[in-house]
Formats: sequence, structure tokens, C-alpha cells
Amino acid sequence: MSNRIINWFRFGSPQAFYPLAGKMVPWFFALAVAFGVAGLWLGFFVAPTDATQGEGYRIIFVHVPASWMSMFLYVVMAFWAGLGLALNTRLSSMMASAIAPTGALFAFLSLWTGALWGKPMWGTWWVWDARLTSELILLFLYLGFIALQAAIDEPRRADKAGAILALVGVINVPIIYFSVKWWNTLHQGASISMTKAPSMAITMLWGMLVMALSFWMYSIAVALVRARAIILERERHTDWVKHAVE
Amino acid sequence: MRQSLAADLPATAAEHAGLGALSVLVAVIRRDLLLAMRRKSEVLTSLFFFVIVVSLFPLGIGPEMALLRIIAPGVLWVAALLAAMLSLQRLFAADYADGTLEQMVLSPAPLGLLVMGKVAAHWLVTGLPLVLIAPLLGLQYDLAPQALGILMLSLLLGTPLLSLVGAIGAALTLGVRGGGVLLSLLTLPLYIPALIFGAGAVEAEISGLGAAGHLSLLAALLALSVFFAPWATTASLRIALE
Amino acid sequence: MLTATDLACVRGDRRLFANLGFALESGGRLHVTGENGSGKTSLLRMLCGLSPPEAGDIRWHGESIARQGDEYRKAVLYLGHHNALKEELTALENLRTAAALSGVAVEDAEGIEVLGRVGLAGREELPVRFLSQGQKRRVALSRLLWSSAPLWVLDEPFVALDSAAVTWLAGIVGSHLSAGGMAVLTSHQEVAIASGKAQTLRLTQ
Repeated sequence: MSNRIINWFRFGSPQAFYPLAGKMVPWFFALAVAFGVAGLWLGFFVAPTDATQGEGYRIIFVHVPASWMSMFLYVVMAFWAGLGLALNTRLSSMMASAIAPTGALFAFLSLWTGALWGKPMWGTWWVWDARLTSELILLFLYLGFIALQAAIDEPRRADKAGAILALVGVINVPIIYFSVKWWNTLHQGASISMTKAPSMAITMLWGMLVMALSFWMYSIAVALVRARAIILERERHTDWVKHAVE
Repeated sequence: MRQSLAADLPATAAEHAGLGALSVLVAVIRRDLLLAMRRKSEVLTSLFFFVIVVSLFPLGIGPEMALLRIIAPGVLWVAALLAAMLSLQRLFAADYADGTLEQMVLSPAPLGLLVMGKVAAHWLVTGLPLVLIAPLLGLQYDLAPQALGILMLSLLLGTPLLSLVGAIGAALTLGVRGGGVLLSLLTLPLYIPALIFGAGAVEAEISGLGAAGHLSLLAALLALSVFFAPWATTASLRIALE
Repeated sequence: MLTATDLACVRGDRRLFANLGFALESGGRLHVTGENGSGKTSLLRMLCGLSPPEAGDIRWHGESIARQGDEYRKAVLYLGHHNALKEELTALENLRTAAALSGVAVEDAEGIEVLGRVGLAGREELPVRFLSQGQKRRVALSRLLWSSAPLWVLDEPFVALDSAAVTWLAGIVGSHLSAGGMAVLTSHQEVAIASGKAQTLRLTQ
């Protein structure tokens, strides 16, 4: 991450950033695959069978890292959007817009794997526990950001409006999470929690961390690809883009 | 009937009393209240929507009083939330369309002050009526008097919060395609804490646990939004008018 | 003293103008001319501080207007295409509210007097929606009579006015310039304004 920040200051213009991003993309995809293979191996072969949940629990190696990524990416997205708003830099805002769909994807993945976990374990496709409910709300926050930017035609206005929304969202996420946890603990209903995984074996933790790394590398790669597409679209009337696409 | 036009500026054009912040705030609130009174449909729409939604639930769920008593806090709060959200569209839209919002943004008076005035007037016109009529609707769900009291109090704290936070969404979606639905998508996640603490307060009162905790959290959220929401709203308005 | 240097404006994909600059002194007026869509309104809105320029700098008395914020807004009066009137309020209520929202106290008596001077005597208590287009425009123009802002930014101010009203408005602008004010305006028609040092800025595609 720090490597990227240093690069930004030198490659702060879309024109300079475009080729640099192009070179970085394959490396990040490679890292994503490498970590992914390692993580899945840890998760499916090395980590022990759980005493109470058997083999089915292994889906947490996708579910938990996806949750972590969805929350992490929202903060990163808000950071870039806020930077774009404060410093009036186009590239930062483009980066935020590039991250959003991937964040939404991980939120959705988290919900979907949560459902796949829940059904064999507790018999229902959905449980209103704090983690899943917060994840659902996070998905709505992502979709709101994407929809707002899609609905505004003028790109700079879309950047700035999205930035305000992302910043308001990032402040609200802890509040929403807290209130949902409060709501969940006060009602007798959902006594089963997906976050209460039984005593974590060290290998389980490692498996989740490595998968999280894999998702992170994947997110960077995909965000860079998307950012390049956004650059081409937004700067299409400049000379360098006309030469680049010839 | 031609009226002649006086062709010279009065010498005293420059000498006017300046208005203090409070006077400007009062002027904004008065203006919006005056407008609402002359366009009565706006006041009544939110109120009727609230009443209708609350009346729909028993028709969908069944008239069994025991069940209705349980769902009452949630239903009443969700209906209030939806009614508040419906009315948000009109917060800035009319002023945006006729150019008065532009003049407000250009005004030397702090825009945050003008925004607070508009939000206050909006609450008086759309939020306060909900607070006042809620006990009546609560009776339809056979809520006990103490619960009705807590319901009113939770809405009294909650509806200004909904107006303040909703104003941000209303400002962001000014003049944007699909504004109404988009506004709902943006605002509903931000409304969830208010819903949880508001409905939770009434439930806590019913179950005998006491609503103090929920209500203080709601009050804290209100205080937070009074400080931060106007900032986000003014930033969004300036962006919308660029 | 209003100075602009190197202003550029981009709307969507199109670069409307670039490297635009001027200096406007006390008593001066700037006519902005150009075809429809050449960016006249965008320029005026930039001068008011409503939209940030793509490039370049606008300074009021040497200081950037973005940094001055409310201080600069005290010095500017903007009349755009919209009349900025609430249809349900009377002309008098509109006038007093507009003043109050700008932080200026205008009493009923003065409001009635001002409306009389724009030719709306006897119609002050009518809801604006009952007035004709020309009358509404005159209510909007009444702002010029109670405001003390030195810089007037007027976008097509003569539209919807009959010839007597055009002459009247030209006179008002002239008096403002003689008293040391300044004005930036766009208009399609040739209007003779008696006083003030005139500059013309032509925006071309």
C-alpha cells in the first residue's frame, strides 16, 4: 500500500498513471492466484475438521475474508474519494469509482457464502445476525454510491457527490454496526451467531489471513484495470488517448 | 395602466440594518412555513401516507391484537421513516427549480444557517405532525399509555434526526435522474440506527426494561447530526449548483 | 477591482473557453458577448463563485474569491435567467425575504416604495404567479434597488422587458456605475448605457 502512495505523487496525472497501472496489473493478478491457492490449500486440507460443524464450516475461508475486504475496501474508497474532493485531483476520484464495484462484489460474496453456510448448519438461508445484517447494509451503501455516480452525467459533479456520500457513509458504518449489534443482542431470536466460530485453530486463522491477502491482491488488480478503463473514457478527447487506442 | 419607472437610485440604498444570524434563521423558517401553508397538499401528503401505511399492516397480517401489539413499535417507526423519506424530495427541489436556492448559495449569510432553517421548517411541517398523530395510531395497535408516551418521545427525538440526515441525500440528488428512488436508496441505510433505537425504545418500555438507554442513544445521534449534517448538506448543495 | 486571469471552462466534453482574462475597475462595465452556448452564463457563474474554473484565477481586491467566501458574496449581486421568485408569495414578501436571506433588513414601507419604483405600485400584495412575465422580471430587478453590493453580475437582464423598462434599467445600471459600482453583463441586444468605462469580452468557440 505504501508503495502505491509514493507512486501516486509521481504519477498523479491520468496520462502517467495509465501505463504504470498496465504494468502492475499482471503482477497483482499473479499474487492473487498464488495467495489464493495457498489459502485454499490451508483452508481445505491443512485446517482440522471442526468438532461441532464438521466439514461444512470451511466456507468461512471465503466468507470471513470477503467480509473483511468489503469493509476494508469501503474505507479505502472513502479515502480516495475524500482525497479527490479535498485536493481536487481527478485520478483519486477515478480510483474511488474503480474500487466501488469490487467492494460491492465482496459484500455480496460475503452474504452469499453466509447463506450457503447457514443452510446446512441452522436450516435457514438467512439469519438476522449482526454480521450478516451489517453486511447487507454495507452492500446498500456500495450500491448507493454506484447508483449516484451513474445517475449524474457531469463527471466532476459525480466525483464530488460520490465523495460526500462515501465520507458520510464511512462515518456512519461504525454507528450502523454498533446499532445493529445492539439490536441483535437485545432480541432473543438470533442467539446463533456466525461470528462465534468455535475456538480458532491457528491454521484456521492463517487460512483466512492468506485468503484475505489473495482477495486484496485481486482487488488491487481489478481496481487498476477498471481505473484504466475509466481514464480512457474520461480523457477520450485528449491526444494521448487517441494515440493509445490506435 | 402604465406605471412610470423612477430612473434614479435613492441615496440611501447603502444604508440598511444588517440582520443577525438568529433573524436570518427565523426569516428562512417563516418563509418555508408560509410556503407550506399556501400549498397545504404537502403537509397533508406525509400525514396521510403515515396513517395509510400504519392501517395497511393489520390488513396484511391479521387482526389478532396480541400479534399487533408486538409489531406495533416497528410498524409505526417504519411508517414514520417512509413518510419522512417521501417528503425529502420537496426539501430543496422547488427552490432549485425557480432559482431561489442559487440565491441562497450566493447569499453572504452562512449557507449552513439557511440549511438549518429549511430543515427546521421541513421538520415542523412533516415531522411534528407525525409525532402528534402517532399516539392515536398507537391506540389502533392497543399500546399502553406509557408506551404511547415513549413512542411520542422517540419520534420527537427521531424525526428531526431523519430530516437532518435526509437533507444530505436530498441535496446530493438535486436535479438528478431517478431522484426519488435514488434518494431512498441513499437515505435508508443512514436511517437504520434511528429506526433501531427508536422502535427499540418503545419495545423496551413495553417489556419493562425501560427506554432510557435507547432514548439517550437517539438523543446522542441527534446531537451528532445537528453538528455534522449541515456541513455535508451545504457541501452537497454547492456541488449541485456548480 | 475584479481581475480574472487565464480562466478556462469545461462543460462535459467541450472546452468552452481558455486563457481568458480581464480587469474591471470601479465605475467600469464589462459586456460579455458571444453566441448561444459559447459559455457566457458559465463565465458569469464562475465570477459569482458558483462554479470553480477549470483553470485560472479570479481575484477581488487582490484576493482569491474562493478564499474570501462569504466576504466576497457580500460584494456580489447576481441576476441569472431565473427570476428567483416564489410563485405563492406576494411581490412584497418575495422582496423582503430575498433581502432577509441576504442578511439585509428591508421594512414593508421601503419594500412598497421600491416596488412602486419598478412600476408595480398597487400590485405589491398579489401572489407573484398572477403577474405577467415582464412584471415578474421587474420584481426580480427590484433587488438592484435595495442591494448595496458594488459588483453586479447580470445575465441577460433586458430579456422580457419592454422598451421603457429597458431604458429604465440602463439608467439604473448607469447610476450604479457613476456611484462607483461595477457591472458584468451579457445581452443579445445593443443597449446604450450612458456612463462607465466599457469593455467588451467576446467569447468565441
